[in-house]
Amino acid sequence: MRTECIEALTEYARANPDVMLLTADLGYSVLEVFADNLPGQYANVGVCEQAMAGIAAGLALSGRRVVLYSIANFPTLRCLEQLRNDVCYHNLPVTVIAVGGGLAYGAQGYTHHGVEDLGIMAMLPNMAVTCPADPHEAISLLPQILERRQPAYLRLGRAGEPVLHAPDTAITLGEAIWLRRGADIALLATGPILGRALEAADALAEQGISTSVATFPTIRPLDVAAVREAGRSHRAVLTIEEHNTVGGFGSRVAETLLAEGLAPRFGKFGVTDALRGQIGNQSWMLDRLGEVKDHALALL
Amino acid sequence: MDSAGTNHIDTRDLARRLRAHVLRMTHRARASHVGSCLSMADIQAVLYGAVLRFDRTRPAWADRDRVIVSKGHAAAIVYAALAESGFIPIEELDTYSGNGSRLAGHVTKVVPGVELSTGSLGHGLPVAAGMALAAQRAGADWRTFCILSDGELDEGSNWEAVQFAQHFRLDNLVAIVDYNKIQSFGTVAEISDLHPLAEKFHAFNWGVHEIDGHDHDALLAALEAKPIRAGRPTVVVAHTVKGKGVSFMEDKLLWHYRSADDAQLAAALAELGVTS
Repeated sequence: MRTECIEALTEYARANPDVMLLTADLGYSVLEVFADNLPGQYANVGVCEQAMAGIAAGLALSGRRVVLYSIANFPTLRCLEQLRNDVCYHNLPVTVIAVGGGLAYGAQGYTHHGVEDLGIMAMLPNMAVTCPADPHEAISLLPQILERRQPAYLRLGRAGEPVLHAPDTAITLGEAIWLRRGADIALLATGPILGRALEAADALAEQGISTSVATFPTIRPLDVAAVREAGRSHRAVLTIEEHNTVGGFGSRVAETLLAEGLAPRFGKFGVTDALRGQIGNQSWMLDRLGEVKDHALALL
Repeated sequence: MDSAGTNHIDTRDLARRLRAHVLRMTHRARASHVGSCLSMADIQAVLYGAVLRFDRTRPAWADRDRVIVSKGHAAAIVYAALAESGFIPIEELDTYSGNGSRLAGHVTKVVPGVELSTGSLGHGLPVAAGMALAAQRAGADWRTFCILSDGELDEGSNWEAVQFAQHFRLDNLVAIVDYNKIQSFGTVAEISDLHPLAEKFHAFNWGVHEIDGHDHDALLAALEAKPIRAGRPTVVVAHTVKGKGVSFMEDKLLWHYRSADDAQLAAALAELGVTS
């Protein structure tokens, strides 16, 4: 996903010389395509995420659109106040790309588990928050968030995420997409964990449970109409995210359901504090959270 | 210069007016940080009176010099300098820190002439470095100035920017440290000693001017000069006195927090030779 995204960014920046890419010395073997082709629009600022976010604000105040690149929590939590004050307060066209979101770096330890980023980024003023499920969602969203010319967060996986969409599927910032239609339960997923939601839908269908699945490539702004439809048309709603279940996508869906006056049976599948301290590859880590299917059945 | 009012101004008289504005503003608002404003009055006066390229009628003019005041708590003197330079009406200074005013207690970009909202320390220099990088990449000749307090140099983010700026050879960047030797809880020497400050910047490959920050000739020479170290950013370590210009406020921690009462205001203005 990251490679496709940087290639798309390179092509976009080639046509838009106001776009600059900054990295805090991460992205080896990924960013060279941009750096080699557009050296005047690229800077490796060194290992200094706080300064990088401030430098981005300075560039943006001088007419540039800036993309920041780093991994996991470094371009979000490490420089949170710079993003809040320098970027978001000033409503500047700065896009933060974090690769290895969620548990992609699971074996690297808790420092590299990016599981609070979506909730925290979504609290910042003017920030659009995106969490694509596959390369198609990612490269579809990228130009849209750049054209928006406001703060944005793009959480990417790492590498090798399967393509879940047909190439002609239209992905629009702020809109969810229904991939399956059913009547009993709606599985609402964000990010590459969508694959597990689709697998769960197949397993539930074998048990005669009519299941809907929607992907939410954007968390903020949230597609309220899709959440409303999920709440109105199903007995139960289960959110699925590779993120802390407190304050993340599921929490946003829950508060939206309440605000809409809807009260389906509701559950959140995601990371809990019990995972802190455990390490393993992404798949093994996600297995620790249990089966999506079992969470769904518990709601019905 | 293509600006209204940057030439032929008596910068010492401007500094006196800035000090008087600050005393009145903080008195009226019962606001703190008067000492932090007074220590940088001469820096502001020389910048706005003699050094900066700006056009008060076009605050967003692409070729203007940029000033970021990273010590955002010194907001009163920032607004005073912008008012004296014609960006905002002098009368608006009366609204400082009031309900619904755009003159917030920390520097706010909504005010014409302000380049960056500040208030959390350690944010200004990285942003200034980003602006300098933008000018460098564009081949533009405008400069970026960043005024820092001494206490805020405790923040590590400044040193990230110091390192970055020298590596990228941002010789269009000028940092000015208002080195008044007093921070929130006491003297800088007591809290987190910066000595030897000039040598720290030397070691980071910056060009360093170390001057009396109340000497207008020295300020003008340092701020007008080309980079003294070719291809490197410049720092002006400006030795100043907190509360400078009002004898009973000078070098006193108390005036980081307190505002003048009626009698103190009258005494301070009299000392400056300004009628209240």
